[in-house]
Order: sequence, then structure tokens, then C-alpha cells
Amino acid sequence: MSAIQVIPLNWYLLLSTVLFTIGVLGVLFRRNAIIIFMSIELMLNAVNLLFVAFSSYLSDSKGQVFVFFIMAVAAAEVAVGLAILMMVYRNTKTTDINILNKLKW
Amino acid sequence: MITIFLILFPLLAALLLVLIKGEQVVKIAMIAAIIEFAISIFALSQFHYNANVQFEANYAWIKSLGIHFHVGIDGISLLLVLLTTFLVPIIILASFNSNYKNPSIFYSLIFLMQMALIGVFVSLDGFLFYVFWELALIPIYFICLLWGGDNRAKITFKFFIYTLAGSLLMLIGLIYLYQNTPGTHSFDIEALYLAGRGLDAIHQGYIFIAIFMAFAIKIPIFPFHTWQPDTYTTAPTAGTMMLSGIMLKMGTYGLIRWLLPVVPLGVQEWGNLAIVLSVTGIVYASCIAITQKDFKRLIAYSSIAHVGLIAAGILAFNVQGLQGAMAQMLSHGINVIGLFFIIDIIQQRTGKRDFESLGGIRNVNPQFAVLFLIVLLGSVALPLTNGFIGEFLLLNAVYQYSPWLAAFAGLSVILGAVYMLRSYQSVMLGETNAITSSFGKLSNNEKIVLAILCLAIITFGIYPKPLLDISEPAVIKLVTTITQ
Amino acid sequence: MLKLVCLVPLLPLIGFLVIGLFGKKLSKGWVSAIGCGSVFASFAISLAIFIELIGRVEKSYTIDLFSWISAGKLSIPFSFLVDPLSSLFLLIITGIGFLIHLYSTGYMSKDEGFSTFFAYLNLFIFFMLILVLGSNYLIMFVGWEGVGLCSYLLIGFWFKNTAYNDAAKKAFIMNRIGDLGFLLGIILIYVTFGSVGYYEVGQFLISGSYVSGTPVITAITLLLFVGAIGKSAQLPLYTWLPDAMAGPTPVSALIHAATMVTAGIYMIARSNLLFTMAPITMDVVAIVGVCTALFAATIGLAQNDIKKILAYSTVSQLGFMFLALGVGAYTGAVFHVMTHAFFKALLFLGAGSVIHAMSGAQDIRKMGGLKKYLPITQLTFLLGTLAIVGFPGFSGFFSKDEILAAAYESNKLLWFLGILAAAMTTFYMFRLFFLTFTGNFRGSNHQKEHLHESPKSMTIPLIILAALSVFGGFIGIPEVLGGHHFLEEFLKPVFEGSSLRITHQLSHNTEYGLMAATTFVMAASLFYAYTIYFKNKTLPAEEGEKLNPWHQLIYKKYLVDELYNTLITKPLNLISGGLHKIMENQLVDGIINGIGTIVNWASTKIRLVQTGNIGFYIFVMVISIVLILFTQMI
Repeated sequence: MSAIQVIPLNWYLLLSTVLFTIGVLGVLFRRNAIIIFMSIELMLNAVNLLFVAFSSYLSDSKGQVFVFFIMAVAAAEVAVGLAILMMVYRNTKTTDINILNKLKW
Repeated sequence: MITIFLILFPLLAALLLVLIKGEQVVKIAMIAAIIEFAISIFALSQFHYNANVQFEANYAWIKSLGIHFHVGIDGISLLLVLLTTFLVPIIILASFNSNYKNPSIFYSLIFLMQMALIGVFVSLDGFLFYVFWELALIPIYFICLLWGGDNRAKITFKFFIYTLAGSLLMLIGLIYLYQNTPGTHSFDIEALYLAGRGLDAIHQGYIFIAIFMAFAIKIPIFPFHTWQPDTYTTAPTAGTMMLSGIMLKMGTYGLIRWLLPVVPLGVQEWGNLAIVLSVTGIVYASCIAITQKDFKRLIAYSSIAHVGLIAAGILAFNVQGLQGAMAQMLSHGINVIGLFFIIDIIQQRTGKRDFESLGGIRNVNPQFAVLFLIVLLGSVALPLTNGFIGEFLLLNAVYQYSPWLAAFAGLSVILGAVYMLRSYQSVMLGETNAITSSFGKLSNNEKIVLAILCLAIITFGIYPKPLLDISEPAVIKLVTTITQ
Repeated sequence: MLKLVCLVPLLPLIGFLVIGLFGKKLSKGWVSAIGCGSVFASFAISLAIFIELIGRVEKSYTIDLFSWISAGKLSIPFSFLVDPLSSLFLLIITGIGFLIHLYSTGYMSKDEGFSTFFAYLNLFIFFMLILVLGSNYLIMFVGWEGVGLCSYLLIGFWFKNTAYNDAAKKAFIMNRIGDLGFLLGIILIYVTFGSVGYYEVGQFLISGSYVSGTPVITAITLLLFVGAIGKSAQLPLYTWLPDAMAGPTPVSALIHAATMVTAGIYMIARSNLLFTMAPITMDVVAIVGVCTALFAATIGLAQNDIKKILAYSTVSQLGFMFLALGVGAYTGAVFHVMTHAFFKALLFLGAGSVIHAMSGAQDIRKMGGLKKYLPITQLTFLLGTLAIVGFPGFSGFFSKDEILAAAYESNKLLWFLGILAAAMTTFYMFRLFFLTFTGNFRGSNHQKEHLHESPKSMTIPLIILAALSVFGGFIGIPEVLGGHHFLEEFLKPVFEGSSLRITHQLSHNTEYGLMAATTFVMAASLFYAYTIYFKNKTLPAEEGEKLNPWHQLIYKKYLVDELYNTLITKPLNLISGGLHKIMENQLVDGIINGIGTIVNWASTKIRLVQTGNIGFYIFVMVISIVLILFTQMI
């Protein structure tokens, strides 16, 4: 029995759900683009946690493979996303999404 | 092989023409068109006068979906292929004096359209048919948009969207049929026939409506015709000729090959309404034509009247009706091109095509007056001209369907005379005025075009048998398979 | 010899092609030679065929040329039928046609469209011959429409004049109204009998598959009769014929008097088996005929244009022929067609000669005393007038008498109305004659100096026609006058089937009485005209003079043209404009454009959802995901 399995699965589920909810709420209620970004990362990591936990409990390595995938994609996303945010900030001097609403109608 | 060659050659010509610059374009286009005509004549010489599909070619295209590049020619297709290959050189010759900008692109588009039209007439696969059907729309869209007259952007847009909307309904119908094909699904025509005939009457009715809409818009049948007068009026003459002379035959051909045999019960369900609409369109368009002031628009309306009769004859579905439709498709193609060419000649010389400013051209150019008169007589279906053969057979067919409808459709005999004679009188007769006095002689290519058309009008009117014999076995086979 | 019948229409066609294609390069002499020569050659062949046919026992021959239209069971050959009826018409058409061609060489000699004129005339002869030679209804229809076309071309021959063009157009369109009826009739014949050949239809009828009065036969005959009404200018489609006088006078003589307008009579005579089996239609034919005869005659009483009077007289005489057909006297109708062709062609050509002398003027109020200047014209015109009024011994007497006798036998009222029309004919024809040729000249001095007898090419046809008008009736002297009705014998094979059903048995005394009555009425009317216009030298009212209402009404031709204008032409234009502006542009196109507008409008509303606020998008997304998950759970 590995270290992970010492803690019952429910706790992982609970933690993951809490993290995910925090992420969602962050995305919904914060207006700073960078914080929204971080919230998204939080949601991704909540999912990652879940993947790892299940992988361990089910003794199936597929879940961990997915985690690596998600991390790679998240990294790429952060790179591109932060670059976009940089450009937005340089041009508008703000990262408030309520002000960044030019793309409409 | 010939069939594939017939399709590929115009494509080749189109590609070649894009590469050529300068004065040579028109001549090379002309030569290519004549070669294409020669190929079709060769096909005719190899053709056996029976009901079978000949010169068949069948290659898998998208195998997993049961889509094949399946083409072949029977009597019905052959007549329309001949019409296409005969008219394109004439249209090109007629455009010699027009001096379109960017001629290489223009003629390239014409050939592209020819390819698509021939493709439509020889396809034996539902998907292929649909592809060619849509492909034909693209070149004419650009021809109208880039070389058209006033207000062309809006009018061409409407034309495009309208016909496209119809085509999409057809696509839905075809896919529904495809889903119902027995065994492994296939778009092959025989499979679609089986699928369609296997459905119950109500579903056949739905399919009928979906596919009929596409054809009704293209033909056009009242009340789906409103794109037509505007488009004909705005398009450059060569484009109008392609549209009216050949392209609208796609719709009538479609009725014969892709609608009536597919859903015979659907036709019983809805055919009555469709015929009534067609016949209404005849009288309606003839009536409107009477007070038109623009010659081109008048011919556009008269064209609606003529094709309405063709559609009614097809939907009446007996041998006379279908043979009459074949005859009338050929005649209408020839006559309407002649009329549009005459308008073009007048417009090039006088800059006008409204009746009020014209008159007395016969004084200046009696030869032109005679040629015009012959085309006109073909158009009002005087016996011994080509128009009469089709009109008699079609009226006969409609009569067998319903005497009252035939009598009503027959009103076009009178109304046609009213508006055509009126236009002839306003344009050609009376005293010459300042605009028409400088009309001048016809150029050689104009003479040749009109002479060929007039000859065709009279020859076909006196001795239509050789052409009618081509399609008769196929038509009889079609009628007997459906009515049994 | 009969095989040569193809040449009869072919020769004028060749004449037409040669003159039409090379007319501009040929001299007038060549044009006349080709024009007249081709028709004369046709005449010679027709005569030979006629004589040969008299000698033969078998009277009916079909000559197949080629298969014209075929589709499924429908098969229509292009073939000719030579029988007594068609050979008689061949003779009339080519004979009169040749004389009028000859006349035209003089009459049209100064016209710039000389060669065009002859081309048209030859084309007309071609189509007219096709009309009578065809062995089925569709070939007849070919000729039928073809002569309509030629009529159109020739009425509008002077095409710079808008009024003439309008008249031409009117003639063509009114003919087309009839043609539609004819065409539908042909189609119904095909649908009923499975063939449109005269022989096949006849066999069907003789075999007794249909009893007399079957609705379908009535329908067929009524439709055919509509065609005849249009072509032969009967009520209510007659108004084009007086207007058709806009054409050159030889045209009026050939097309609008002698030949084309009798096509309707030919058609019904040809279909006599059908018509005999439709008693209702026969009554309609007789009534329309007698009404037209009377109606047109009354209009003729008050007209002042020399050609218009003759035109109304033609309409009226055609009415007589239909009366004959309607009472089953087919031979009488054909007989009258023939004699009418002689004297009416003569009268028109005489009128042409007068107009030629008067430098184009046609108003008889401005004529008078032309006897002195135009002796030959005057004499031949008088003979023609006597023939048309049915003066005993002249050709018109025999044919008209035959018709009236048949009418008497069928219905006394028809006979009475016929006599009345005949009396009017006498009156207006002698009014015309007296006003034109007797008294003093009333025209301008300029015209007076110019008065001259016409050239030989014009007078010779007049003389020949005058001889025919006088003696032409002798081929049909009734038995009661001790004659042997040659024409009836000759045409017997054609009308045999019908005569089984319609018999003529008047006693000799009745026939004598009828003749006496006709002659008496004619004489009285002649005397009346003589008193007014010769003795008292009364002149017709000038333009604008006040007339009594009846006189005014017939002078204005019962306002029929105006009536048609208000009832048909104007409403049609209104409908056309209304359909275009309201139905087409507002309704049909409105719906199509409306669909486009709705899409546009909807998109302006729906796009407001795209607020640009990222927070809103995310909120919608989350809510949607939650909703989807929620629905999945259920």
C-alpha cells in the first residue's frame, strides 16, 4: 500500500472539488485577467490531482499519462496566454476584463 | 471514355485560357468550343438508338460513403449535352464584339461552367450530380458579379443565395434517400431510385418537396422566379445566354432524371400542385411581359412562360410530355439565345434597349429585320419553326392531364403573340429616329450566329425526327418503368 | 400526274426563296416573272390534277412525304390529300392567286418594296396550298398559322405607318385567339380518336362508335369553330378584317376576300362528318353565320371608304357561307366560296384600280363620275356588283340561292334574316357603285388631272375575273332550272357521309317561289338605291355632320372596337401592370426579400448577446455546463 493510499479516496475527491470550485468562482468573480488565469490553472491542477489519485487507487497508469499531457498543455497555454496578456497590458495599461470588451457585436 | 473526355476537355480549356493573355483568347476559346462540339458529335455518331445508358464510366471516389464518379449518357442526356456543346461556341462567337475586360478569365469561367453543365447532364451518382450542380453556380456568379451591369452586387447576391438555398434542400433530400438505400449505403442513381420508391407516400412527398424546390428555383417556376428577371437583365449578355439557354435546363433535366423516377408516389401527392404552379406561371409571366418597357426584361419574363410549359409537360408525365419537353428545351435554348443576342446587337449600336427610344430599324437594316422575325416566330411557336414541335407536344400532354389546365396554358399562344409582336413593332417598325438611324450593317460574326440560329429554328421545325428519335427510347423506358 | 401535287406548293415556295433571298439583286421584270410564273405553273398542275380527278373513279389519294412529329403513340405524317374538295380549292387559290400576282405587277410597280411584296405573296400561296392540301388537321394548322403570318406581314406591308402596324398586329392576335381554339380542338381530336388524320377520323365516325350529339364531338366541333371564327372573321372576332384593309389592295383581294378568310369554311367542310354529328354546333354555326351576315351588312350601309365597304361585305358574305354550313349545305358553302372568290377578287381589284387612279384616295364621297375615265374598271365592277347581289344568271345568284333554299328548309327565320342581309348587300353595293362611277367628279382638281385607266396588267385580270363572275355559276345550276349540278356531283365523295344524315327535299314549286322572292327583294333594294343615289344624287353625310342615332351607330360600326378596347385591351394592360407592380414586386418578391430582411433583423438582435464582456461569457458557459450536467443526470 503506497503513501497515497493511506488517505481515503474521499478526501482527495473533496479537496479536488474544493480546489475546482475555488477556481470556478475565481474565474467568475475576479476581474483581473492574471488572477483569472491563475484560477484556470487551479482548476487544471484540481483535475490533475484527481487523475493521480484515481490512477493510484485503480493501479492504472493511464491517469498519470494524462496528467503529463495536461501539464504540457497548461505550460504551453501559460506561455501563449501570458504573452497575450503582456501585449494587452502594454497597449491598454490594464488587465481588467471589464474594460477589455472591444470585441463585441 | 467519351463521357469523361467531354467533361475534362472544357476544364482543360478553362485552365489553358487562364494562362493566355492578349487578343488570342477569344479565338482559342472559339476553337476549344468547336472541338468540344466535335467531341459531342462523335459521341452522337457512336450512340446506339436505344434506351440504355452508354459510354458509361464508374470509378470509386469516396469509397467509405459509397460515392462513385459514375457518368454515362442516354438519349435524354445526349440531347442536352449536344445542346450545351452547340450553344457554347455560338455564345462565344456572339461575344466577339463585346470586348469583355480580362477576357482570359471570362472565357475560362464560361468553360468551367460548360464542364459543370455537362457534368450535371451525365452524372449517374447523386453526390456527383450535386457537386456539379453547385459547381455550375460558381462561374456564373463571378461572370454576373464582375462583368454585370447596374446594381449587380445586390442582384447577384440574391441569385446566389436563392439558388443555393434551393440546392441545400435538395442535398437534404438526397442524404435522406442515401440513408434509406438498401445494404451498404450508396449514392448510385439506381440505389437512390430503389430507396425513393421504397418509401411510403408521405415520405416520398417530403422528398418531392425538398428536391422540387431546388429545381423549381433553378427553372424557375412561379412563384420562385423573382431572382430571374433581375439577374437576366443585369448579367452580361454571354452570361444571360449561358443562364437562360443552358443553365435553366439543369432544372428541367433534374425533374426528369432526379425527381420523377425517384419518388413516383410523391409526384402523385404533390404533382398536381406543381403543375398548377407551372401553368399559373405561364400566364402570369406572359401577362407581366405585355407591359414591360425594357426589352431584355420582357424576354426574361417570356422565358419564364416558356419553361413553365416545359415543367408542366414533364410533370404531366407521359411520352408526349417528356418528348415535348426535350424538344422545347432545345428550341427554347436556341430561341432565347437568339433573342438575347438580338438585344445585344441593338444595345451595342444604339446604347438603348427600351422600347420608347427605339423604332424603325427595319428601314436601316432589312436583313436584320428578317433574321429577328424568324427568331421571333420560333419564339411564338409558329408551325414549321422549332417552337411549335415542343409546344404542341407539351400542350397535348397537359391536355391529357387536364383539359382546363391546357386551355389555360394555351393562353400563352395568344399572349405570346401580343408581347412579341409589340416588341417587334416598337423596335423594328415605324419611322427611324435619331437613335436608330445610324444602326448600320451587321458584322460577319453577327450574321453567322443569327444565320445558324435561324437555320436551326427552321430545320428543327420542319424535320424534328432525327433529334426526337435520340431521346424517344429512353423516354419510353422511363415512362413505362414508372407507370407500372 | 397526282404525284406532281407536291410541286403545287413547292413552286411558290421556291419562288419565295428566290425572290426573298436575291430579290434585291433581281430586276423588277425577273421578280414579276418568277412570282407570277411559279404560281401559274402551280395553277397548270392543279388544273391537270383537277381534270384527271374528274375522270377517275377513286377520288381520294394520300401522298405521304415524311414523318413529321412522332412521340409515343402520337404520329403525325407530313402528307397531302388530293380529293375533289382540295383540288377545287387548289384551282381557286392558284387561279385567283395568279391573276392577282399579275395585277400586282402593275399595281405595285412604283413601290420600293416590290420584291418583298412578291416574296410575301408567294409565301402566302405556299401556306394556303399547305392548308388545303394537308391530309390531317395539324398540317392544316401549319398552313392556317402560316397564312396568318403572311396576312400579318402584308397588312403591315407599309411598315412605317403605325396605324397599319397596329392593324397587322390586331389581325395576327385575333387570329391567334381562334388558333388556340383550333389547336385545342386538334388535341381533343387526337385524344378522342388517337389520330388527327381526316381519313382516320372519318373511318372512326362512319364505323358508328359515336352517336350523333355525343358531348365530346360537340366540344371538338365547337373548338374547331372557334378557329374558323377567328380566321373567317365572324362575330365576335371579325373586327380585324376591316382594319386589315390597311394592306395593299391586291392583298385585300387575295387574302382578305378570296382565299385566306375562306379557310374557316374549308375547315368545316373538311370536317363535315364531325359537324354533322354535332347538331348543337351546327345550330351555333348557322346562327353565328346569319348574325354576322346581317350585322356586317348593316355596318356596310353607312361606310364611306371603298375598301371598308367591301371588307364588311366580305364579312357578311362569309356569314352566308357559315349559314350554309350550319344548315348542312356543304356544297352550297363551297360553291359560294368559289363564286365569292371570283366576284370579290374582282371588286377589290376594281377598287384597287379606282384607288390607283385616284392617287390613293379611298373615300367614295370624293369620287363620282369615274365611268368616263375608267371604262373597263367601271364595266367589270358593275358585273362584279351584279354577281354579288345575286342578279339572276350571274354566278352569285346560283350560289346564294342554294344557300337560302337550304336555310329555308332548315328554319324559316334563318331564311328571312338571310334575305334581309341579301337586300342590304344589294343596297350598299349599288350605293358604292353609283357614288363611285356615276354623277359628277367630286375630288380635287389635282386628282382629276391624274385620272386614268389602269395599265393592261391590271385590266386583264379584271376582265378574266369578270367573265368568271358572270359564268362561274354555271357549274352549279340547280336541277330545278334544268341544270346538272356539276359541283355537287364532283364534291359528292367528300360530303357523302354527311348527306346520309341531312337530306334536301324541297318541291320544285317552293324552289321557284324562293328564287322569285330573292329576286324580288334584290330588285326592290336595287331600285331603292337607284332612286337615292342615281336619280336624286344624294350624297352621304360629311364628317361631323349630325346623324340620327341609328345612322350614327352603324356609321361608328356599333362601337365594337371601342367596346373591345374597354373590355379587353385596357383591362389586360391594367392586369399586366398590376401583376408586375403589386403581385410581382410587392407580394412574391416581397416575400423573398422579406425572408432576407427577417434574417438581417434577427441577426441585429441576436448579436447583442456578444457583449464583449469576458466575465459574461464565462458566466454563461459555466451556467450552461451546469445545466447540461444537470439534464444528463436526469
